[in-house]
Amino acid sequence: MAEQEKFDHWEAIQQFSENVSPIDFYLILENWPMFWEGAWQTVTLVGLGLFFAGMIAVPLAVCQVNRVPVLSQVVSAYAYFFRGTPLLLQLYLIYYGFSEIDFIRHSFLWIVFKDAWWCTLIAFTINSAAYTTEILRGAFDQVPRGEVEAAKSCGMSAWKRYIRIIIPSGLRRALPAYSNEVIFMIHGSVVASTVTIIDILGAGRILNGRYYLAYEGFIAAAVIYMIIVFIVTRGFNFWEKQWFAHLRPRET
Amino acid sequence: MKKIGFLLATVGILAASFVQPAKAADVLRVATEGAYPPFNWTDENGVIKGFDTDITFALCERIGRECELVAQDWDGMIPGLLAKKYDLIIASMSITEERKKKVDFTGKYYQTPTRMIARKGANIDGSVKSLDGVSVGSQRATTQACYVEKFFSNADIKLYAVEADGYIDLKNGRVDVYVADSIQLQAGFLSTEAGTDFEFIGPELNDVECLGEGTGIALRKGNEELRDALSQAILDMRADGSYKIINDKTFAVDIYGPELQ
Repeated sequence: MAEQEKFDHWEAIQQFSENVSPIDFYLILENWPMFWEGAWQTVTLVGLGLFFAGMIAVPLAVCQVNRVPVLSQVVSAYAYFFRGTPLLLQLYLIYYGFSEIDFIRHSFLWIVFKDAWWCTLIAFTINSAAYTTEILRGAFDQVPRGEVEAAKSCGMSAWKRYIRIIIPSGLRRALPAYSNEVIFMIHGSVVASTVTIIDILGAGRILNGRYYLAYEGFIAAAVIYMIIVFIVTRGFNFWEKQWFAHLRPRET
Repeated sequence: MKKIGFLLATVGILAASFVQPAKAADVLRVATEGAYPPFNWTDENGVIKGFDTDITFALCERIGRECELVAQDWDGMIPGLLAKKYDLIIASMSITEERKKKVDFTGKYYQTPTRMIARKGANIDGSVKSLDGVSVGSQRATTQACYVEKFFSNADIKLYAVEADGYIDLKNGRVDVYVADSIQLQAGFLSTEAGTDFEFIGPELNDVECLGEGTGIALRKGNEELRDALSQAILDMRADGSYKIINDKTFAVDIYGPELQ
């Protein structure tokens, strides 16, 4: 009986899609495993990309704050290049560009660059690291002088001051700006679909291509991106409340 | 009140100037991809050429209509037709049941087999078993993509927006096998410098559901008159030898395939 009812719902969606709705919900639902895998692909690529970018960005930002000679100029040039060019172009250079170089194709590097997934992860990582370095540099600069001087007067070494005071405090301060970077990265990740990766947009494109549709695949993809961004912004709101508790106006 | 009346009148005039009813003498807009040699390709001056466009202008002349070419990316081809961005698709589109749900087709204007290629000595014979875990490429939204997804689910399938992107990955070893129209494979890849190390593998592929019954001209449903005129014009050209002249301009062999009864 339950089986029968479930079947009827399915049938009803099909009927509705074919006869009433301009959007074919039935096809979207029928292909949801592809979108589910696409969402997983997007989340892992962006998640890992942001993680490695963060690992790179913290030391680079510290280097920028301290204006380390030579190194600082190199980091500035790096940030300037990767913030000054589109992510899509960077991915093309890594994916198509490197594959044209015989030296790379015939070395152990090809194990990594042969795979579209690794190319994408590398592009995401170095792109996001450039932006995150700039965000963190600003945040570390803004750590109040008083906190740093207090640490100094406690006899902390420069290393300890960074580990215990400046980096933790700076990371907290960077949170609102960083949440934007995360959202941009999620949206920017659609470029993965141009190098054969089936991410969320890639799944949408395949659905459109398979059934010659104009927008069903794109609408399904848009909804999934919105859901992911919604979850991410809620997460950041939560953390901001947790970690900025001491900065919030006192409630009366 | 007056203002609203004026506003409505303005909007009405504007709307009327945009939405003109289609007249028989209107120019027929014909979409093609321009990235599918030798059927349609774009020369260094941005002009689209090839067998498809030769056929297009010959047919238009025959049915007494003026035609203009519109370049359109492949995966938006049918949606663009349905959105009335153009009136015909003459872009080597195969006639399949899935596409017939969306658009109408004329009779075929050519029919060439789909085949697979791989690097020489790659030891892949093209059987389903030999493709286990092998990466197989094809163009998205094509009959070949349908075939690959239907029969080679054990392979690592990679779909490309244009054939040329797939050929780059094939040349560089990211893709092991590529499935496409045999003539396009020959002209677009095997006969180019990049394709010298590659060869056809396996037999011609056959599957009416995916690969269809030849290549036709697509048009929106409800244009029976135009559709039948074009179908007849193709048959007439076939009969009076003008098809052969256009065919021989590009191809060494006749690509029409079996004659329609």
